[in-house]
Amino acid sequence: MKFGVVVFPGSNCDHDCFYALKTACHQDVRFIWHKDHNLGDVDAVILPGGFSYGDYLRTGAVARFSPVMDAVVDFANHGGIVVGICNGFQILCETGLLPGALMRNKDLRFVCKFCHLRVENFDTVFSNQCLQGKVLNIPVAHAEGLYYATDDVLAELNKQNGVLFRYCDKDGTLSDDSNPNGSLQNIAGIMNREGNVMGMMPHPDRCFEKLLTSSDGVSIFNSMVQNGGIN
Amino acid sequence: MNEPTVDLELARAHGLEPEEYDRIVAMLGRTPTYTELGIFSVMWSEHCSYKNSIALLKTFPKEGEHLLVEAGEENAGLVDIGDGLAVAFKIESHNHPSAVEPYQGAATGVGGILRDIFTMGARPIAALNSLRFGSLDDPRVRYLFKGVVKGIADYGNCFGVPTIGGEVYFDESYEGNPLVNCMAVGLVKHERVASAIASHPGSSVILIGSATGRDGIHGATFASTEIDDESSDQRPQVQVGDPFTEKLLLEATLEIIKEDLIVGIQDMGAAGITCSSSEMAAKGGCGITIDIEKVPLREDRMTPYEILLSESQERMLVVAQSGQEQRIRDICRKWDLHAEIIGAVSAKPNITIQMNGSTVADINAESLVLGGGAPVYHRETRVPEYIDRHRAFEPENLPCPQDLSRALLDLLSSPNIASKQWVYQQYDHMVRSNTMVLPGADAGVVRIKGTDKALALSTDCNGKYVYLNPRTGGKIAVAEAARNVVCCGAVPVAITNCLNFGNPYKPEIYWQFSEAVAGIGEACRVLNTPVTGGNVSFYNENPKGAVYPTPVIGMLGIVESLEHVTTSWFKRPGDVLVLLGRSGGHVGGSEYLKIQFDLLTGDCPPIDLPYEKRLQSLVLQGIRAGFVNSAHDLSEGGLAVALAESCFTGRDQLGVDCAFEFSGRADFSLFGEDQSRILVSVEPDKLEEILNQAASYDVGSQVIGTVTDNGRILVEGVIDIPVSKAAQAYNCALAKKMEVR
Repeated sequence: MKFGVVVFPGSNCDHDCFYALKTACHQDVRFIWHKDHNLGDVDAVILPGGFSYGDYLRTGAVARFSPVMDAVVDFANHGGIVVGICNGFQILCETGLLPGALMRNKDLRFVCKFCHLRVENFDTVFSNQCLQGKVLNIPVAHAEGLYYATDDVLAELNKQNGVLFRYCDKDGTLSDDSNPNGSLQNIAGIMNREGNVMGMMPHPDRCFEKLLTSSDGVSIFNSMVQNGGIN
Repeated sequence: MNEPTVDLELARAHGLEPEEYDRIVAMLGRTPTYTELGIFSVMWSEHCSYKNSIALLKTFPKEGEHLLVEAGEENAGLVDIGDGLAVAFKIESHNHPSAVEPYQGAATGVGGILRDIFTMGARPIAALNSLRFGSLDDPRVRYLFKGVVKGIADYGNCFGVPTIGGEVYFDESYEGNPLVNCMAVGLVKHERVASAIASHPGSSVILIGSATGRDGIHGATFASTEIDDESSDQRPQVQVGDPFTEKLLLEATLEIIKEDLIVGIQDMGAAGITCSSSEMAAKGGCGITIDIEKVPLREDRMTPYEILLSESQERMLVVAQSGQEQRIRDICRKWDLHAEIIGAVSAKPNITIQMNGSTVADINAESLVLGGGAPVYHRETRVPEYIDRHRAFEPENLPCPQDLSRALLDLLSSPNIASKQWVYQQYDHMVRSNTMVLPGADAGVVRIKGTDKALALSTDCNGKYVYLNPRTGGKIAVAEAARNVVCCGAVPVAITNCLNFGNPYKPEIYWQFSEAVAGIGEACRVLNTPVTGGNVSFYNENPKGAVYPTPVIGMLGIVESLEHVTTSWFKRPGDVLVLLGRSGGHVGGSEYLKIQFDLLTGDCPPIDLPYEKRLQSLVLQGIRAGFVNSAHDLSEGGLAVALAESCFTGRDQLGVDCAFEFSGRADFSLFGEDQSRILVSVEPDKLEEILNQAASYDVGSQVIGTVTDNGRILVEGVIDIPVSKAAQAYNCALAKKMEVR
C-alpha cells in the first residue's frame, strides 16, 4: 500500500509516521509537500501531528487553507483513505471532513502521557486489526484535544458507530480520571459517515515497537494495510 | 544621526570598568564611536567574554578519546558515538530574563540552546533542563514556576524536540532569582559537522531567519548584573521567541549544510550580529564587512547600534561557498525564510560596519573575543564565615521522630522529592519516537535509530551541598549525574556544565566558584568524563543575597546495546534487594534535615571518587551481564525514598519487605544521603553472583530485603505504609501546591 505523509511547515511527527509505516508495517511511504497541488498515486494520506504554520491561531485554522488541502479534500470525497493524527485531526475538523472541533484541554495545559483507549468499532478500515477486548495503550501530546460537538452531532456520530476510540482506564472503563483533556463522552478518535476519513488525538506513530513502552499503534496502521490488501 | 558623546561616563553606563575603557582606547588608538562602544560593551560583558571565569575554566579536563572538538571551540561539545555519528550537546542559562519575564525568558533559553546544536549541523533529538525556584508557598514563585514551565513547553513542543528529563528544586535562596538552565542534544554524521568560521575572503555573508527588531538589545549586559528592584524595568531587554520560525530555520539550516553550500555558520544569540560575526571572523583569522542597511528589519529607523546589538531570535549568520548564494536563498525561500547577503569576508581581520557607504565601526575581530583581546581577570577569594559555623553542627543532638512512616510520607511529598509529572507532562517527551525511558527515572534515554545504541542523559546539582562545601558539592554533582546514567545502563562519557553563582566581585562568591570548579574538574578526571563546554552565569543574586552556588552538570552516557537499558523501578515480586555502596547515616545538608527540622546545616556528605568509579563499573557490569532487574541511585531522602520510589514509579505497584541492621540512628540510616550508593533488585539465583562481583570490585553490598506483591512498604520495626498511600503522597504533592489560589 502507498502512504503519503503531508509535510506542513511546523509538522513534527511527519518523520515518526514515515518511520512507523516503513519499519513496523513495511509499507511504501512518501512525503507530500504542503505547497503541492497533487497527491500523486497514493492509497492513503496521513496528516501528521505538529504545529502547522505555528498554530498561533486556532489549531489547524491556517493549514486548512494550505495548497495541498484542496487535493486532500478531493481525495477524501472520492473515497480515499485519510487519517489525521493530533494536529492532523484538528485540521480535518477545520476543513469539515470530520464533524466537531478540538478545544483547549480542560485544565488549559499541554498534556503528554500514555493513555488507555477502548476501541468502540472493530469493523472499520482503521480498527479491523485491533483485538476484541484489548485496551490500547497509546500516548497523547496536545494542548487542544478536548473533542467537542453539539448534541445532534454526537447523537449522529454514535448512531453510525463513528466514534472509534474513547479514553478509558486500563480495564476499559470510561471515567473522568482517564480522560486527559475533558473530551465529551471521552472521545479520542472518530470517523466520517463514509468510513474513509479518521481523526484521532492519540499518537499511534509513537508506539510501534516494544522499546517505545507500547507497540499498540501498529494495529491501527495494519488495519489500513489489511483493508488495502482486501481491495 | 544624533549620537551620544563617547566618554568614560558613557562607558560605565554600558557596564564597562574604567580600565576596560582605557584598554579599548589603547587598542583602537582613538576614542571608540558610539556603535563601537556598544559592540565592546556586549563582547566584553561577563556573558560573552567569561572574563572572570575563563582562567579557572581552563583547569577542566578537556581531552578524551571520544571528543571531536575541544571545549569552547565550537557552539557545543561534540562527542563521537561510533557508527559514523557524533553527539553535539550543551547547557546554557537563561536566569535573568526568566526572573523578569518567565515565559519568554525560558522559551528563548530553549530556542538559544537548540540553535547552538543545529548550527553545528546536528538535529536536536533531546532537551533537558535544570530549574530552581523559591518556595512554592509564595504566589510570585508559583507565577514564575508556571511561566517558566509553560515557556519551555511551548517552545520545545512546537519545535518538535522531546524534553526527556531534568530537575526542579525549590528553596528560599532562589527567590527572585530563579535558575533556568536548558540543555539540548543533537545528532550529526561526522561528515556533516559545520563550523562557526569565516574564511575565504570575498565569500558572501548571509543573514537567514527572522527580521531584526529592537528586542533584547543589551540582553548580554543585563545578564551580567545583579537582579534588583528595578530589574523589571529591564523587561524590554528580554527577547521574544517564535518556535515555528526556529523549526523552519532548523530544516533550512540542515538542508543547507547537507548540500555542502557553506564555509561556516553561527547562530545568533547574545549580542546578535556583533557576536556571531566577530567570533566567526576571529576563528578564521579574517574580517567581515557588513553593510548594515541590508539587514532585514521589522521596525523603522533602527540605528546601526541597535541593529548590531539586537538579540532578535531565530537568526543565523552564514558564510557561503563562492557561487552557492542563490542555492542558499532558494532553500530559505522554500522554508519561507529571509536570506539576505549583508556583507562579505575580508582579508583585513576587522569587523567593519558600513551604513550607506560610511564606516560606523571598524574593530579588529580578535580584540573583541574570548581568547583574544577580551580581558581576563583573576579575582580575590575568601572563605565565607558561614562554612565553619555549619561544620560545627552536631546532628546527634536532634530528637528522633517517633513515627518514621510519617517522616517518609513527608519526604515523599516534599516538592524537591515528589514526582515532577506536573512539569514533564507539559513537555512533549516522546516526539521523534525515540524515548525509551520516560521522564521521572534516573535519566532520560533515547535510542539512536539505525544503530543498537541509545543515549542516557541527566542534569544534576545539589545546590545545598555546594553551599555547605563547594569542592565536595562540585564533585558530587558530577558523580551523581554519572551514577544516574549508569543506572540506566550507560557508560558516562562527557559532561557539559552550567555554573550558576552570585557576584564574582565578592570574594566569598568567588571562593565558592573556584572551589566548585576544582571539585568538578577532579571528579571529571577520576570518572573519565571530560568537560566539553558549557556556560557561566554570575550575578545570580536578589536583594537578600546570592543563590546557592549551583553548578549544574549535564551528563552524556552511551548505552552500547539497547538490551542494556535499565530502569529504577522493581520488576517482579521475589526479587532480592541489594544495596551497593557503604552507608554512614550522613544527614548534613539533607532533605530530611530540611523537611523534618527546617535546617540547612552541617557538611555535605563526603565522597570517595575512586570508590564511586568502582561502584559504577560494578553496576554497569551487572547490567551488561543481565543480573540487574532494576537500579536506582540513592540521592535526596536516602534509602527510604529510593525504596519507595522503586515500588510505585513503574507500571505496577509492588511492595518491599526489608529488614536490616542500623549502624546508628534509624532515621539517619533511612534518610541519610551518603554518596556512592545504588539500590538494585536481582533474581534470587543471581544474588550470589552480584555479591561476588561487589567483593571483587571492593564495593560494599548488603542484602536488605525482597520485592513483594502485598502492596506495603515494610522496613522491619520502623516503616509500614501502603504503597498506594506513598504513591499518592509522591504523585500529588506538586499539583496540590500549584492548585492553591
